[in-house]
Amino acid sequence: MEASVPGQPTAEGRPARSIRVVARAVGSALAPVRARLSYLEIDTRLLGMVLALAIIWIGFGLVSGGTFLSPRNLWNLSVQSASIAIMATGMVLVIVSRGIDLSVGSLLGFLGYSMAVVQSVWIPQSLGLGSERPFTWILTLAIGIVIGAAAGGLQGFVVAYGGVPSFIVTLGGLLVWRGLIFRYAQGQTIAPLDTNFQMLGGGTVGTRVGALGEWASWILGVAICLAIVYSLIAARRRRLRYGFPVRPMWAELVLGAAGCAAVLGVVWVANSYPLPPSVAEQYAQEHEITSPPGGLIIPTGLAFPVVIMLLVTLVMTFLASRRRFGRYVYAIGGNPEAAALAGINVRRTVMLTFALMGSLAAISAAVQTARLNAAVTNLGVQNELDVISAAVIGGTSFAGGIGTIPGAILGAVVMQSLRSGMVLLLVDSPTQDIVVGLVLVAAVGLDTVVRRRAR
Amino acid sequence: MLTPAPSTTPDPPTQRIPLVELRNIQVSFGGVRAVDGVTIDLYPGEVVGLVGGNGAGKTTLMRTLSGARPPDSGQIRVDGQPSTIADPRAAKALGIETIYQTLALADNLDAPANVFLGRELTSAAGALDDAAMESATRKVITRLNPNFKSFKMPVLRLSGGQRQAVAIARAIHFNARALIMDEPTAALGPAETAQVHNLIRQLQREGIGIFLVSHDIHDVFDLSDRISVMYHGRLVGTVNKQDVTTEEVLGMIILGKPPTKLTPQELAELRGSGG
Repeated sequence: MEASVPGQPTAEGRPARSIRVVARAVGSALAPVRARLSYLEIDTRLLGMVLALAIIWIGFGLVSGGTFLSPRNLWNLSVQSASIAIMATGMVLVIVSRGIDLSVGSLLGFLGYSMAVVQSVWIPQSLGLGSERPFTWILTLAIGIVIGAAAGGLQGFVVAYGGVPSFIVTLGGLLVWRGLIFRYAQGQTIAPLDTNFQMLGGGTVGTRVGALGEWASWILGVAICLAIVYSLIAARRRRLRYGFPVRPMWAELVLGAAGCAAVLGVVWVANSYPLPPSVAEQYAQEHEITSPPGGLIIPTGLAFPVVIMLLVTLVMTFLASRRRFGRYVYAIGGNPEAAALAGINVRRTVMLTFALMGSLAAISAAVQTARLNAAVTNLGVQNELDVISAAVIGGTSFAGGIGTIPGAILGAVVMQSLRSGMVLLLVDSPTQDIVVGLVLVAAVGLDTVVRRRAR
Repeated sequence: MLTPAPSTTPDPPTQRIPLVELRNIQVSFGGVRAVDGVTIDLYPGEVVGLVGGNGAGKTTLMRTLSGARPPDSGQIRVDGQPSTIADPRAAKALGIETIYQTLALADNLDAPANVFLGRELTSAAGALDDAAMESATRKVITRLNPNFKSFKMPVLRLSGGQRQAVAIARAIHFNARALIMDEPTAALGPAETAQVHNLIRQLQREGIGIFLVSHDIHDVFDLSDRISVMYHGRLVGTVNKQDVTTEEVLGMIILGKPPTKLTPQELAELRGSGG
């Protein structure tokens, strides 16, 4: 547009014209692609994250000689991501409504401890119901979730009704909950835990494995596929009924196929990971199966922590995008005053986001204690940083009003992939921290630049 | 259209019960009396212009009626009945809708979400019915602005006029009886301002009472039936438009004096200031 000599920087120090010409050419070459993407109506940010994750996975896969992409490593990666991802879904809503929760790590430790006490002291001794009962695990989990909601809700109450900044309240919570663990645990570890409860962690007890197994995994996968197809059809019908424009048919097909392929791919990987030979051998003896030469191959299937994470994702996504509560959380993040003037009970909504965060911390606490088969005093230390990082890498903005649940799940997987990949490559832990820290800042920086350009 | 009244405190346009009455309203911030004993009213199908300089208390007075800041003392009557408007929800339940000067939009949400904010349509199971909300929003906004197409975009990315259309749509979609418009044309170009003027006249014909808060004395003279002037938190007076000149209203705004108390010299100066 402006007259400038090719190759010479303009007065404002902008890139030389030749560079701009190239940039514009690339931009216009990509235009049809972008137009196609806009038909699909998917978040380009989310797509970018999937791409980044693919690059990380392929990169680690090449460098580690394929070990990273082995079913065994991916299965472990899924279990390690689950507990952070579960909490990240709640952190998204807290940050979207312009808050922050620094207490989740300590709260998780406190809740893990509480649940350990509930199942090994309170239910068997105080209530005299005995140990290893079939209902122990669910009662324990329910009590944990209630305590978590109460503890989170208490912090939310002080934030919303007391007007104390959430950073301060939850910084206090970080110290208080951890302090309470040390006070009433006296540094002791509570172990072992209820056998059924241990299954929540995805571990192995004898021949019982905390995973769905082959067929249940396939059934769950197919059910999710049907749900995806149904929701696409239902949404299209609804728009057609009102005479709104709809996506072209090929776009619907691409979306449905991509969604189903992703779900079934995850199930396939989980089923490609066989039980450890010793477990399979024991299982064969118990069920009087003769092992074939080379050992019995029993697919593990989706781990219970991953199943829990999928359920939490489903519920939280529904809550965030299809319920009044979620709409209000986003409205408050976008403009708190406008939300109040629209008649929204801002304080109550903010308090509820913290209560929800607390109950999700309880679910993650159950997963982590079950996996360790013990409640230890330093459980969940620094988890708040991982959870916040996952939400932020997943596109949640500290300015409020922006962030998605699926983004946070992807963020958690990206973080865990980096850590897991570096462990495989024998990178020491301080270097891991440095890399993760740099990636966090780079991801947010890139996002800020892209968003500023889009305005 | 209205019976001309000779006095500066005119009789109401008819002997009907006012739609809205604010009686002796007081609002203080700290020690400052932002609104000090103001009494005004509004009849169905009437536009009352509320004018005054910066800090005169116009917006604060209107916020007591919209429920954003309940008055410290005084009475609000709707249809002659004393009413407590403790929050915005209560005002809306009485059919009082507000278009705020800031528009009060959640910038990250799209137009339908903003129009229905706090009053979402839901299915039987309690899930948000976005398609129904979009359909209703398309109808009401198209009536205001036929060129509006961006129903799926965060309102952050819309133009000033489009954002205004969203805010107006939110106020008129729910069968408002009384409308508070705080500086509705301050951020608009000439064409969009004309659109808003047409809309105000149309709403008036439908029997809606409108409080029009504005800095722009020409806007107010164009559209209002009566004009209430505030000065430093107090009501200078309410006048019928036919009975006064722009100079006299300017005198009320700038000097805080009712027309009868203006000296010829003051009037001359006001005329010179080009009102």
